[in-house]
Amino acid sequence: MTVLTADLARLTGDEKHSPSAYSTLDVLWVLYDRVLRISPETRDDPERDYFLLSKGHGPAAFYAVLAEKGFVPADWLDGMGRWDSPLGHHPDRLLVPGVEISSGSLGHGLPLGAGVALGLRAQGLLKPRVYVLVGDAELDEGSNHEAIAYAGAVGLDSLTVIVVDNQSATHGWSDGIASRFTVNGWSAVTAWGRDHDQIEAGLRQHRPGRPHVFVAVTEPKWGA
Amino acid sequence: MREAFVNATINLLDEDPRVALVLADISADAFAEAARTHRDRVLNVGIREQLMVSVAGGLALTGLRPIVHSYAPFVVERAWEQVKLDVDHQGVGAVVATIGASYDASASGRTHLSPGDVALIDTLDGWTVRVPGHADEVGPLLRAAAGDDSRVYLRLSTQTNARAVATGTDGRLTVVRPAGGDEVVVAVGPTLDAVLAATEGLDVTVAYTHTPRPFDVTGLRSLATGPTPAVAIVEPYLAGTSARIIADALRDRPHRLAALGVGRADLHRYGTPAEHASAHGLDTAGLRRSLVEFLGR
Repeated sequence: MTVLTADLARLTGDEKHSPSAYSTLDVLWVLYDRVLRISPETRDDPERDYFLLSKGHGPAAFYAVLAEKGFVPADWLDGMGRWDSPLGHHPDRLLVPGVEISSGSLGHGLPLGAGVALGLRAQGLLKPRVYVLVGDAELDEGSNHEAIAYAGAVGLDSLTVIVVDNQSATHGWSDGIASRFTVNGWSAVTAWGRDHDQIEAGLRQHRPGRPHVFVAVTEPKWGA
Repeated sequence: MREAFVNATINLLDEDPRVALVLADISADAFAEAARTHRDRVLNVGIREQLMVSVAGGLALTGLRPIVHSYAPFVVERAWEQVKLDVDHQGVGAVVATIGASYDASASGRTHLSPGDVALIDTLDGWTVRVPGHADEVGPLLRAAAGDDSRVYLRLSTQTNARAVATGTDGRLTVVRPAGGDEVVVAVGPTLDAVLAATEGLDVTVAYTHTPRPFDVTGLRSLATGPTPAVAIVEPYLAGTSARIIADALRDRPHRLAALGVGRADLHRYGTPAEHASAHGLDTAGLRRSLVEFLGR
């Protein structure tokens, strides 16, 4: 994690960031370090796990993890957003090895992830899991709720959604984020999104016949 | 055309394990049996058009060949950002096959009309746009589309010509009625019969295509010769959609161009497709008025 801080400084040009400045950083690290069955060598393997970053804005933490895990050269981290950099302020799957979807506009990753899960199932690829990371404010987009309802209804159990909840949704989610999923038949775990063991445990608690959501609660974006 | 599409799609699902169909309730009845046979490749997501298009993008990311099907305004307009981002921007392909072209659903009113669909698709690069003029042209076009990973818009309509003109898939202009001069009227898809009737006795070349994208530029240049050729194009969707292509194709020679099609106005009218065609000047009488004036007869 310390080395990620250095990578983040390189990406942003700001020495003052601590890892906690990035709501997604711990979840991303646990995913790539402990959970996802993927490596630079297997990134095109049909049997790999898929990770789809739907919350495409603020991708510095994602790029830092990809660099640490060897998907992209560390020297790519300099110059993010420049004309000749493959790393933009929103990721492009055609430019960055290991990036499964191009994202930026909110509310696309989860519906795309449902399609990926269905496509794998239709080809008899039952081992891979599809993980989609969204933000709590991103859930405002109605397109997510089309996917949440449908995935629950058809029991799309190879799909895991991670909601990073830094309480940035303008109108909030009364009764909690997990309830939006569980009412549609999903299994759900809510835990502290800075504790790596809690994150790993929450990600692994998916069950047959149901899609799974892990809500990773972090510090409020706008302060308590 | 819808029946031809359904039959061709069912055959493709049976033959090709890469082909998948994504629906949002529209036409689900017609595919009920196919959905039982191919549970994992016939996916009806309910009345969720955004999800329908995104799922198609996801399927394509895993190597399948998705066919997306619904009413044109619900796919191309309602789910436009999904078409743009979840298919096109991801660099994957899909076949988007719509019904309800322009004013097919005239009695349903503006909510079900989609004259701007091809113009919207045309804001993106590299799409093939197929506008068959007869049911017999549908199967070969769909089969060709399902065979690769390109991005294809297949626009099915209840408007149809009496006979199929081009059952091939190369998309080239077909001369239906030759004439000696340097004047040509290009009819796209189901506009051909009205164009033929409207140009009776006008001594003008009539050519047909079911493939406005990519437009057969070479074919057009070989027909629009002479010092100042005159080209009219009649399209069953928004007037002027192909004007930029033709202007560019003939940029090296002085020429005149008339681009006829569906107008932009929301007419706030119901009625029949024939009444809408008339209101937009796309019936035989309206086309004859426009073409006689343009050709100076």
